[in-house]
Amino acid sequence: MAGWTRHDGLAVALPLENIDTDQLIPARFMSTPRSAGYGGFLLHDLRRDRDGRLDPDFPLNRPEAAGASILIAGRNFGAGSSREAAVYALVDAGFRVVIAPSFGDIFAANAVNNGLLPAPLSAERIAPLLARGPVRLLVDLATGSIAGDGVSERFALDPVWTQKLICGWDDIDLTRSCADAIATFAERRRAEAPWVWSQAS
Amino acid sequence: MTVSRRPADKRTFFDKLWDLHRILTRDDGATLLWVDRHFIHEGSHHAFANLAARNLPVAHPELTFGVADHYVPTRPDAVPTDSIARMILTLSENTARYGITLFGRGDPRQGIVHVVGPEQGLTLPGLLVVCGDSHTATHGALGAYAFGIGATEVAHVLATQTIWQKKPKQMRLVVDGRLMPGIGAKDVALNWISRLGADGARGHVVEYDGTAIRGLTVEGRLTLCNLSIEGGARSGLIAPDETTLNWIKGRPFAPTGSDWERAAEGFLALAGDDDAGFDREVRLTADEIAPIVTWGTSPEEALPITATLPDPAREPDPAKASRIAASLDYMGLTPGRSLEGIEIDQIFIGSCTNARIEDLRSAAAVLAGRRSKVPGLVSPGSTLVKSQAEQEGLDRIFMDAGLEWVGSGCSMCVGMNGDLVAPGKRCASTTNRNFRGRQGQGARTHLVSPAMAAAAAVTGTLTDVRKLLRGRC
Repeated sequence: MAGWTRHDGLAVALPLENIDTDQLIPARFMSTPRSAGYGGFLLHDLRRDRDGRLDPDFPLNRPEAAGASILIAGRNFGAGSSREAAVYALVDAGFRVVIAPSFGDIFAANAVNNGLLPAPLSAERIAPLLARGPVRLLVDLATGSIAGDGVSERFALDPVWTQKLICGWDDIDLTRSCADAIATFAERRRAEAPWVWSQAS
Repeated sequence: MTVSRRPADKRTFFDKLWDLHRILTRDDGATLLWVDRHFIHEGSHHAFANLAARNLPVAHPELTFGVADHYVPTRPDAVPTDSIARMILTLSENTARYGITLFGRGDPRQGIVHVVGPEQGLTLPGLLVVCGDSHTATHGALGAYAFGIGATEVAHVLATQTIWQKKPKQMRLVVDGRLMPGIGAKDVALNWISRLGADGARGHVVEYDGTAIRGLTVEGRLTLCNLSIEGGARSGLIAPDETTLNWIKGRPFAPTGSDWERAAEGFLALAGDDDAGFDREVRLTADEIAPIVTWGTSPEEALPITATLPDPAREPDPAKASRIAASLDYMGLTPGRSLEGIEIDQIFIGSCTNARIEDLRSAAAVLAGRRSKVPGLVSPGSTLVKSQAEQEGLDRIFMDAGLEWVGSGCSMCVGMNGDLVAPGKRCASTTNRNFRGRQGQGARTHLVSPAMAAAAAVTGTLTDVRKLLRGRC
């Protein structure tokens, strides 16, 4: 995964709370191989009618939102399941940043693992942004800032997550460098709690 | 709500669990934790693809257990679609390739991962348990630190048997008093979520305590911890006690003989020190809790069955008013009307929240000798629960009431196996999520306890189960 420090893109507002992972990608699409691309499934049932036609009034479907890569939404974005497919749908649709007052914990961790920034900004600070049409924003991970077109905001991200996003780090490689500490720990754990390894009786 | 100090020399139950699994902590606070138990299901295919692409082995296949649940057809005559069959087959192939034990389709131990783990004694106090499923919080009921992870993290656990975490904050949720007849763990959970919000416990581990919690059976505790994620917490916890030990002893993978004696002593010693403080504390009184039902599209949109629907016109906050209006619109409900009496089209009893033997017994207690006015599906949480229910004659009660008695799996909770609620139809459901489209595109879900689902079946409407229990318990 490639890291990034600054992202300059079009931000589109989706003024809804509790956008859960079932809405981000309905379960019926999840047996699709990732190689097919998940972007078309993003918010499928909100964006489309029963016959699959795009709702022209939905914020993401409007012509002025074309090419948007930053999403601004209400509180508790990504609540619900651990399905990383919710993040794949956003990433495959071209999104690099989601700005919201709060995120589902698992969603936020999944986002960082896929180079998608979950930027927290208070509901009060977000309200004027949600009321605006698409706006061009510059998001800077190193300084934790969001700027552009009369907007100047700061967000605070866990420093570990900031570093992961900037470096595009892969945790598996990082952890394998701790192999000795893990092996020592596993030996001790096995001595102290052998029943963890017990087989069915 | 109170915020208490956290004395450095006193440790909570969670502090002890954390310390037991801490391998190392980096300067930035990221901690590498040892994983004792990794459960996987059909959704693991992304993680196995990642592993295969890197040509990495599974570090500890003996600590990894596979269960087919999300895509498993539950109706005996169901013919799975190609994509559903492929998902189940892929899990079989991946577990076989890496030497991982699988409770697959046709195995007498098969069921929903969060029912099977505890049932088999794979979930034990003091363990760190992860699974690529948000309801992994369930296992905390037995005193394990258990939480859901995403596909990238599943690949990481497969490759290293560890996971990076930052230590979460701790919230204690105390429920004192006695639950009234007809009120169960589901009502306790929806009660606190409706009060604190669907993100109310975000960033926290929730430890449940108090006389009402101690009085719950393990089945009830599993339901309560299961729903912790719906209040924003990734983990729920209940410190092990005699109830926990009695429930675990003798299960297939539980320790035996001298190992059991040693383990049991250690399990009880995990309880938090007296005076260990929490970051937050919330208290509820059990006897004030009524049967609760969700009316909207988030688990926080829940009210006692005796209440009336909210009216957006009376809500001063415009954002909240528009959220209420949108939820009522999706649910096809009018503001101000009584929850009781709302007509339903079908019921579902099942899921990792409410498909254990006691859940089935509580639904059967309401249904015995009665007919359901609407169609419904009853799916036990595991094949073993199914056998036990049949030995107790519960299957006859459900079928005599006109309900379908089917196999175990996630079924109509998430509909991945094809068990769906049709667009616009209203379902009283014992599941965990009333999200838009969760049970099918356009489906309308009311979350309720098993007893309340049974009551809804009997009357064809949302009903206060206490009325149907008179003279029965």
